[in-house]
Amino acid sequence: MMGYENLEVEEPTNNNNLFPPREEMENLVIDEGPNTQTFISHSDYRSVMSSLAETHHPLAGDDPLSSNSSSKSFRNSSFTEDSFLEPPAYADVVFSPFTEKPISGNGNSSQPTQHLSNSSSEFITIIVSNPQKEQEISNSLVPGGNTYVTYLITTRTNMADYGSSDFSGSAEFSVRRRFRDVVTLADRLADSYRGFLIPPRPDKNVVESQVMQKQEFVEQRRLALEKYLTKLASHPVIKKSEELRVFLQVQGKLPLPSTTDMASRMLDGAVKLPKQLFGESVSAITAQEAVQPAKGGRDLLRIFKELKQSVANDWGGSKPPVVEEDKEFMEKKEKLRDLEQQLSAASQQAEGLVKAQQDIGETMGELGLAFIKLAKFETEEAVYNSQRTRAADAKRVATAAVKASRFYREANAQTVKHLDTLHEYLGLMQAVHTAFADRSNALLTVQTLLSELSSLRSRVEKLEAASSKIFGGDKTRNKKMEELKETIRVTEEAKDCAIKEYERIKENNRNELERLDRERQNDFHNMLKGFVINQVGYAEKIANVWTKVAEETSEYAKDSI
Amino acid sequence: MLAKRSLSGSGLSPRSPSSSQPFLSVSVTDPVKLGNGVQAYISYRVITKTNLPEYRGQEKIVIRRYSDFVWLRDRLAEKFKGIFIPPLPEKSAVEKFRFSAEFIELRRQALDTYVNRVASHPQLQQSEDLRSFLQDDEETMERARSQDGGIFKKKPADLMQIFKDVQSKVSDVVLGKEKPLEEADPEYEKMKRYVFELEDHLAEAQKQAFRLVKRHRELGQALSDFGKAVKLLGDSEGNQLGKAFSDFGSQSEMLSFKLQKEAQDLLMNFEEPLKDYVRAVQSIKATMTDRANAFRQQCELAETAKLREINLEKLIVMRSDKVPEVEIECKELKAESEEATRRFEVIVRLMNEELVRFQEQKTIDMGVTFHDFAKGQAQLANDIANAWRSLLPKLEACSP
Repeated sequence: MMGYENLEVEEPTNNNNLFPPREEMENLVIDEGPNTQTFISHSDYRSVMSSLAETHHPLAGDDPLSSNSSSKSFRNSSFTEDSFLEPPAYADVVFSPFTEKPISGNGNSSQPTQHLSNSSSEFITIIVSNPQKEQEISNSLVPGGNTYVTYLITTRTNMADYGSSDFSGSAEFSVRRRFRDVVTLADRLADSYRGFLIPPRPDKNVVESQVMQKQEFVEQRRLALEKYLTKLASHPVIKKSEELRVFLQVQGKLPLPSTTDMASRMLDGAVKLPKQLFGESVSAITAQEAVQPAKGGRDLLRIFKELKQSVANDWGGSKPPVVEEDKEFMEKKEKLRDLEQQLSAASQQAEGLVKAQQDIGETMGELGLAFIKLAKFETEEAVYNSQRTRAADAKRVATAAVKASRFYREANAQTVKHLDTLHEYLGLMQAVHTAFADRSNALLTVQTLLSELSSLRSRVEKLEAASSKIFGGDKTRNKKMEELKETIRVTEEAKDCAIKEYERIKENNRNELERLDRERQNDFHNMLKGFVINQVGYAEKIANVWTKVAEETSEYAKDSI
Repeated sequence: MLAKRSLSGSGLSPRSPSSSQPFLSVSVTDPVKLGNGVQAYISYRVITKTNLPEYRGQEKIVIRRYSDFVWLRDRLAEKFKGIFIPPLPEKSAVEKFRFSAEFIELRRQALDTYVNRVASHPQLQQSEDLRSFLQDDEETMERARSQDGGIFKKKPADLMQIFKDVQSKVSDVVLGKEKPLEEADPEYEKMKRYVFELEDHLAEAQKQAFRLVKRHRELGQALSDFGKAVKLLGDSEGNQLGKAFSDFGSQSEMLSFKLQKEAQDLLMNFEEPLKDYVRAVQSIKATMTDRANAFRQQCELAETAKLREINLEKLIVMRSDKVPEVEIECKELKAESEEATRRFEVIVRLMNEELVRFQEQKTIDMGVTFHDFAKGQAQLANDIANAWRSLLPKLEACSP
């Protein structure tokens, strides 16, 4: 391809492609501008941007981006030849807004939900920092006791529930929490928000205290906690939860979850259950409580009954009185199952792609290094001019290779952020399973109560039939019948409650799935767009670097010999 | 092909059969697998076009195999000491790859380059062995080949000796060992060190070039896999977003092909020339061995001649009747010594000329290689940019 000698920006073949999308990219930058207000830790983002603009970013002078006037505000326009330094800030400036993930290390690096939908420019920022080792105040017999790590959780928000400390209407406050508190929070949320897609919490690790000391692990966990809390705070419903507020705002140690002593729990369960299911001293338990999911220990007998019910359902012995009739729901479930599979595959391949990009960048760098050494050697040992010429040519290639290597790796860093969306949504599938399970459990409770009612009623019938044969009735039998009728009444109440709960959860499911669809479309769209723009930008940079070398070595082109 | 690598100032214009200028043009084509099983080998067609009187006829086609080329190289090495003999591609180490299409094409290319370099070298082109190689029928060739049995092969021990000389110079001086049969030429010493170090640098560059080929292939594969997964994801989206995903998948697939193609180009036109460069340096090392041997011979014969002279003088004084005999011996030894000195000086002279030519030729060769490399990479990057850019309007259009 001839014509390399004049490869300045004015060259038609290149520019026809470059300008329209560049303008497009400029516009996109401008459009996204105001929205950066709602970015989490946008102040960090801003400061990074301005520091990039101030930094000296030399690059060879014929970089086509340099001639575009609208980019000047972001760029320092002095360049030097053959420098090995940073590529222009343009890349960072143009490409990172589309990641919706600010560059700063402190802010969260990814989340599936957009902040752009806040109608009242409400915000909440959560930062997790300053891990510290603390000692368990021991009742234990072991001297020295357990150490654990606490994290400083700093929240800034203007949400009404949190009160405000200054005239801007926003408050800032910090608390110290340990991981166990986070687990408790997650469990409480799971109870209170059945049917919702609750962001999955970071994994527990069965860790030795030695591993816990390891800085890397602590840093990983810190980051994971920050991401998790931020996700909670961006869920439209959960962000308003009291459980979250208490976690974020209330000073001092949080109460531990109720006793973990298995034996006493079982006893508790055994005692409470008859009340739960047979209605004695009804005031002790409300129907509301009764329809909460059966938990271990306390609700032993109930669990047993529900298990029996689900087995009956499975074997189809007796058709359950209420079935999952919602066809739409079943289809949705199928679709989500497919989605999960596809996400899993895509997530895996994304990792493969990231690795391949990393590798090619590295090898290109090493190639460059090899040629630099060769060039240096030839120059030092040169006896003939042909050697000096060759060394100069080698150096050109080497310089370009090192630059290209840097571009590959920078591009990849951005790619990682974009494709993280896939990993995030894959993680969210877990929440979907939980939400569906909430629904199934609620349905099971309803079915169990209906079966219970049915058997209670038939017992009453039998008693009535028996006692009608005796004139005047049987005192004990009558008493029994009264008791049974009372039980039936309570159970009816419980059943009504259970059905309401089930419907409520169904509604939650529906809304959340809709929200998931909407947000997923949005996020996937942004992911693709971000990925593509990033690739275009860096491919252009790399092309320029090599085009320059081809130009400089054009005397060797076959046509000219 | 030759236009890239022609030697400046050679007497022949290799590919201009239409002019009345003397020309000699050779091409190695048409690899064909012959024989069975372990004995299978590749044969090539070697087509010679020439108007030189020493050649019988204007055009000749013969069938040659790799070991014929080796024969030619060995004979040239024997008869043209001091000249850097153009390098041959390696014998294949691994059985599995001996018949892969890639390997065959690389080898064919390298053999073609080799023959043409010989044919355009001002001294080598005069070789009778070259004429035999280009013209003799297959049976004659086979006889010649089996006769030789590799007696002209350079012994590895010789190469090691030079290497040791370079490496151990310092330690010998320190240990007080004398190496009487070594040239004391400091410039030549420098040149020897240069050659050895050059080989190391080139080998490293070639290694990285090979890795780069692999990386391109891997990236192509990863991109293809990713594109397919994204396409599947899009299938369940439906609507415009799904279409965007689908297009994404298509572009990924297309780019994957381009990456594989670039990998192939890099193998042929970037890594292979670097390998060729390394081989050329190894050929120089072989010449260095010849020079060292010639130097030793010269020294030894000079020493022997001197001793005999001294002996003669003694005998003359003693009026021995052996004098005439020894006189003749002295004459003969003197002649041999002068011959050895001459041979050595020829090698020195030739080496100096060859070195200049080598450096110039390599600058051209590498220049071409670098240029093609840069062009290929620029083209690939542009293709990538264009492919992804084409998705942008669609992505814009389907903003949810």
